[in-house]
Amino acid sequence: MLQEKITLNPDKWINNYADYLFNYAVVRVNDGDLAKDLVQETFYAGLKSAKNFLGKSTERTWLVSILKRKVIDHYRKINSEKGQAEVRMNFYDTGENEGSWIEERVPQSWDNASEKTIENQELKTQLEVCIDNLPEKYAMVFRMKTIQEFETEEICKELDITASNLWVIIHRARIQLRKCMEDNWFNN
Amino acid sequence: MFKKLHITCNEATTICNKSQYKEASLIEKIKLNLHFLTCEICRLYTKQNNKMSRLFKVNSIDCKRKINCLSEEDKRALKKQLEEYKV
Repeated sequence: MLQEKITLNPDKWINNYADYLFNYAVVRVNDGDLAKDLVQETFYAGLKSAKNFLGKSTERTWLVSILKRKVIDHYRKINSEKGQAEVRMNFYDTGENEGSWIEERVPQSWDNASEKTIENQELKTQLEVCIDNLPEKYAMVFRMKTIQEFETEEICKELDITASNLWVIIHRARIQLRKCMEDNWFNN
Repeated sequence: MFKKLHITCNEATTICNKSQYKEASLIEKIKLNLHFLTCEICRLYTKQNNKMSRLFKVNSIDCKRKINCLSEEDKRALKKQLEEYKV
Protein backbone atom coordinates (compact mmCIF):
# COMPACT_ATOMS: atom_id res chain seq x y z
CA MET A 1 0.00 0.00 0.00
CA LEU A 2 1.36 3.41 -0.91
CA GLN A 3 1.80 5.82 1.94
CA GLU A 4 0.72 9.37 1.32
CA LYS A 5 3.67 11.72 1.00
CA ILE A 6 3.66 14.42 3.65
CA THR A 7 4.19 17.98 2.49
CA LEU A 8 5.42 20.92 4.51
CA ASN A 9 3.13 23.72 5.54
CA PRO A 10 5.38 26.46 7.02
CA ASP A 11 2.46 28.86 7.49
CA LYS A 12 1.12 26.62 10.24
CA TRP A 13 4.41 25.79 11.93
CA ILE A 14 4.10 28.33 14.70
CA ASN A 15 0.54 27.43 15.62
CA ASN A 16 1.16 23.71 15.40
CA TYR A 17 4.70 23.20 16.67
CA ALA A 18 6.12 26.30 18.41
CA ASP A 19 4.98 25.26 21.89
CA TYR A 20 6.11 21.67 21.45
CA LEU A 21 9.53 22.69 20.17
CA PHE A 22 9.89 25.36 22.85
CA ASN A 23 9.11 22.86 25.61
CA TYR A 24 11.51 20.37 24.04
CA ALA A 25 14.28 22.97 24.00
CA VAL A 26 13.66 24.51 27.42
CA VAL A 27 13.74 21.11 29.11
CA ARG A 28 17.22 20.61 27.70
CA VAL A 29 18.80 24.05 27.97
CA ASN A 30 16.81 25.36 30.97
CA ASP A 31 16.82 28.88 29.59
CA GLY A 32 13.64 30.36 28.11
CA ASP A 33 15.38 32.98 25.97
CA LEU A 34 17.89 30.54 24.59
CA ALA A 35 15.09 28.04 23.91
CA LYS A 36 13.20 30.72 21.96
CA ASP A 37 16.32 31.41 19.88
CA LEU A 38 16.77 27.72 19.16
CA VAL A 39 13.13 27.39 18.06
CA GLN A 40 13.50 30.40 15.81
CA GLU A 41 16.71 29.00 14.31
CA THR A 42 14.95 25.67 13.80
CA PHE A 43 12.18 27.31 11.79
CA TYR A 44 14.71 29.27 9.73
CA ALA A 45 16.71 26.12 9.05
CA GLY A 46 13.46 24.32 8.19
CA LEU A 47 12.55 26.94 5.61
CA LYS A 48 16.05 26.91 4.20
CA SER A 49 16.16 23.16 3.77
CA ALA A 50 12.48 22.62 2.91
CA LYS A 51 13.48 21.31 -0.50
CA ASN A 52 15.34 18.45 1.20
CA PHE A 53 12.24 17.26 3.06
CA LEU A 54 11.44 13.83 1.68
CA GLY A 55 7.97 13.58 3.13
CA LYS A 56 8.71 10.27 4.85
CA SER A 57 8.34 11.60 8.39
CA THR A 58 5.86 14.01 9.90
CA GLU A 59 6.58 17.73 9.87
CA ARG A 60 7.00 17.67 13.65
CA THR A 61 9.52 14.81 13.60
CA TRP A 62 11.47 16.60 10.91
CA LEU A 63 11.49 19.89 12.81
CA VAL A 64 12.49 18.10 16.04
CA SER A 65 15.43 16.49 14.24
CA ILE A 66 16.57 19.98 13.20
CA LEU A 67 16.14 21.26 16.77
CA LYS A 68 18.13 18.30 18.09
CA ARG A 69 21.06 19.41 15.94
CA LYS A 70 20.71 22.92 17.33
CA VAL A 71 20.83 21.55 20.89
CA ILE A 72 23.98 19.53 20.07
CA ASP A 73 25.56 22.62 18.51
CA HIS A 74 24.76 24.58 21.66
CA TYR A 75 26.20 21.83 23.87
CA ARG A 76 29.41 21.71 21.81
CA LYS A 77 29.70 25.46 22.02
CA ILE A 78 29.43 25.55 25.82
CA ASN A 79 31.65 22.48 26.03
CA SER A 80 34.45 24.23 24.19
CA GLU A 81 33.92 27.62 25.83
CA LYS A 82 33.81 26.50 29.43
CA GLY A 83 36.07 23.65 30.28
CA GLN A 84 36.81 21.66 33.36
CA ALA A 85 38.91 24.45 34.88
CA GLU A 86 35.79 25.98 36.40
CA VAL A 87 35.13 22.93 38.54
CA ARG A 88 37.01 22.85 41.80
CA MET A 89 39.15 19.82 42.42
CA ASN A 90 37.82 17.49 45.08
CA PHE A 91 40.43 14.73 44.93
CA TYR A 92 44.22 14.74 44.60
CA ASP A 93 45.05 13.98 41.00
CA THR A 94 48.72 13.08 41.48
CA GLY A 95 51.12 11.78 44.09
CA GLU A 96 50.69 9.17 46.77
CA ASN A 97 47.25 10.57 47.71
CA GLU A 98 45.96 10.35 44.15
CA GLY A 99 42.20 9.75 44.19
CA SER A 100 41.81 10.65 47.88
CA TRP A 101 39.72 13.54 49.17
CA ILE A 102 41.43 16.93 49.38
CA GLU A 103 41.21 17.93 53.06
CA GLU A 104 39.10 21.07 52.68
CA ARG A 105 36.67 19.28 50.38
CA VAL A 106 36.00 16.37 52.73
CA PRO A 107 32.25 16.07 53.49
CA GLN A 108 31.27 17.45 56.88
CA SER A 109 28.46 16.21 59.08
CA TRP A 110 25.27 18.11 58.36
CA ASP A 111 23.93 20.00 61.36
CA ASN A 112 20.35 20.45 60.33
CA ALA A 113 19.71 17.70 57.83
CA SER A 114 16.88 16.19 59.80
CA GLU A 115 15.01 19.32 60.90
CA LYS A 116 14.37 20.76 57.49
CA THR A 117 12.18 18.62 55.33
CA ILE A 118 12.82 18.10 51.65
CA GLU A 119 9.45 19.64 50.86
CA ASN A 120 10.68 22.99 52.10
CA GLN A 121 10.37 25.63 49.35
CA GLU A 122 13.45 27.54 50.50
CA LEU A 123 15.45 24.35 50.23
CA LYS A 124 14.26 23.83 46.66
CA THR A 125 15.21 27.40 45.81
CA GLN A 126 18.68 26.90 47.27
CA LEU A 127 19.07 23.71 45.26
CA GLU A 128 18.15 25.60 42.07
CA VAL A 129 20.76 28.24 42.93
CA CYS A 130 23.38 25.52 43.37
CA ILE A 131 22.46 23.86 40.05
CA ASP A 132 22.61 27.25 38.32
CA ASN A 133 26.10 27.75 39.76
CA LEU A 134 27.39 24.66 37.97
CA PRO A 135 29.26 25.17 34.71
CA GLU A 136 26.60 25.26 31.98
CA LYS A 137 27.45 21.93 30.38
CA TYR A 138 27.43 20.19 33.77
CA ALA A 139 24.08 21.74 34.63
CA MET A 140 22.66 20.70 31.27
CA VAL A 141 23.70 17.04 31.55
CA PHE A 142 22.79 16.90 35.23
CA ARG A 143 19.29 18.28 34.62
CA MET A 144 18.66 15.92 31.72
CA LYS A 145 19.77 12.89 33.72
CA THR A 146 18.50 13.74 37.21
CA ILE A 147 15.66 16.21 36.90
CA GLN A 148 14.16 15.18 33.56
CA GLU A 149 15.21 11.54 34.16
CA PHE A 150 16.29 10.80 30.60
CA GLU A 151 17.95 7.47 29.92
CA THR A 152 21.75 7.56 29.75
CA GLU A 153 21.66 6.28 26.18
CA GLU A 154 19.25 9.00 25.13
CA ILE A 155 21.39 11.79 26.56
CA CYS A 156 24.53 10.37 24.97
CA LYS A 157 22.75 10.21 21.63
CA GLU A 158 21.26 13.68 21.92
CA LEU A 159 24.46 15.39 23.02
CA ASP A 160 26.80 13.13 21.10
CA ILE A 161 28.85 12.14 24.15
CA THR A 162 30.00 8.78 25.49
CA ALA A 163 28.52 7.11 28.58
CA SER A 164 31.82 7.43 30.45
CA ASN A 165 31.89 11.12 29.58
CA LEU A 166 28.37 11.45 30.96
CA TRP A 167 29.27 9.73 34.24
CA VAL A 168 32.31 11.95 34.74
CA ILE A 169 30.07 15.00 34.31
CA ILE A 170 27.37 13.62 36.63
CA HIS A 171 29.99 12.71 39.23
CA ARG A 172 31.57 16.17 39.20
CA ALA A 173 28.20 17.90 39.17
CA ARG A 174 26.92 15.92 42.16
CA ILE A 175 30.12 16.48 44.15
CA GLN A 176 29.82 20.23 43.51
CA LEU A 177 26.13 20.24 44.39
CA ARG A 178 26.67 18.37 47.63
CA LYS A 179 29.35 20.85 48.66
CA CYS A 180 27.21 23.84 47.65
CA MET A 181 24.22 22.55 49.64
CA GLU A 182 26.47 21.78 52.60
CA ASP A 183 27.87 25.33 52.63
CA ASN A 184 24.62 27.13 51.95
CA TRP A 185 21.95 25.01 53.57
CA PHE A 186 22.83 22.05 55.69
CA ASN A 187 25.60 23.73 57.65
CA ASN A 188 24.47 27.31 57.23
CA MET B 1 42.75 -10.34 43.89
CA PHE B 2 42.17 -7.75 46.63
CA LYS B 3 44.31 -5.26 44.71
CA LYS B 4 41.92 -5.54 41.78
CA LEU B 5 39.01 -4.67 44.03
CA HIS B 6 40.76 -1.72 45.64
CA ILE B 7 39.45 1.67 44.55
CA THR B 8 40.20 5.29 45.44
CA CYS B 9 37.72 7.72 47.02
CA ASN B 10 37.33 9.39 43.62
CA GLU B 11 36.35 6.05 42.07
CA ALA B 12 34.15 5.14 45.05
CA THR B 13 32.16 8.37 44.83
CA THR B 14 31.83 7.93 41.06
CA ILE B 15 30.29 4.49 41.63
CA CYS B 16 28.15 5.89 44.43
CA ASN B 17 26.84 8.56 42.06
CA LYS B 18 26.19 5.97 39.35
CA SER B 19 24.32 3.77 41.80
CA GLN B 20 21.96 6.65 42.61
CA TYR B 21 20.55 6.01 39.13
CA LYS B 22 20.70 2.23 39.61
CA GLU B 23 23.33 2.01 36.89
CA ALA B 24 26.30 0.65 38.86
CA SER B 25 27.33 -2.89 37.94
CA LEU B 26 27.58 -5.73 40.45
CA ILE B 27 31.38 -5.63 40.48
CA GLU B 28 31.28 -1.87 41.03
CA LYS B 29 28.93 -2.33 43.97
CA ILE B 30 31.25 -4.95 45.48
CA LYS B 31 34.22 -2.60 45.11
CA LEU B 32 32.23 0.21 46.69
CA ASN B 33 31.18 -1.87 49.68
CA LEU B 34 34.73 -3.05 50.22
CA HIS B 35 35.87 0.56 50.11
CA PHE B 36 33.30 1.46 52.77
CA LEU B 37 34.98 -0.99 55.18
CA THR B 38 37.97 1.31 55.41
CA CYS B 39 36.63 4.73 54.45
CA GLU B 40 34.37 6.62 56.79
CA ILE B 41 34.38 9.74 54.61
CA CYS B 42 32.92 7.93 51.61
CA ARG B 43 30.34 6.29 53.88
CA LEU B 44 29.28 9.74 55.01
CA TYR B 45 29.33 10.99 51.40
CA THR B 46 27.03 8.14 50.39
CA LYS B 47 24.59 8.82 53.20
CA GLN B 48 24.42 12.49 52.23
CA ASN B 49 24.26 11.59 48.55
CA ASN B 50 21.15 9.48 49.20
CA LYS B 51 19.54 12.48 50.85
CA MET B 52 20.51 14.66 47.89
CA SER B 53 18.87 12.13 45.55
CA ARG B 54 15.60 12.37 47.47
CA LEU B 55 15.83 16.13 47.16
CA PHE B 56 16.48 15.90 43.41
CA LYS B 57 13.48 13.59 43.06
CA VAL B 58 11.13 16.18 44.61
CA ASN B 59 12.61 18.78 42.28
CA SER B 60 12.16 16.43 39.33
CA ILE B 61 8.46 15.86 40.10
CA ASP B 62 7.90 19.62 40.28
CA CYS B 63 9.71 20.26 37.00
CA LYS B 64 7.91 17.52 35.12
CA ARG B 65 4.54 18.97 36.11
CA LYS B 66 5.44 22.19 34.39
CA ILE B 67 4.62 22.52 30.67
CA ASN B 68 6.61 25.29 29.05
CA CYS B 69 4.77 27.29 26.41
CA LEU B 70 5.55 30.38 24.39
CA SER B 71 3.43 33.44 25.14
CA GLU B 72 1.07 34.74 22.46
CA GLU B 73 3.31 37.77 22.14
CA ASP B 74 6.35 35.55 21.51
CA LYS B 75 4.42 33.63 18.88
CA ARG B 76 3.34 36.81 17.11
CA ALA B 77 6.95 38.04 17.09
CA LEU B 78 8.16 34.68 15.81
CA LYS B 79 5.55 34.70 13.05
CA LYS B 80 6.63 38.16 11.99
CA GLN B 81 10.31 37.15 11.94
CA LEU B 82 9.51 34.07 9.92
CA GLU B 83 7.48 36.07 7.40
CA GLU B 84 10.37 38.50 7.01
CA TYR B 85 12.77 35.61 6.59
CA LYS B 86 10.66 34.08 3.83
CA VAL B 87 10.80 37.29 1.75
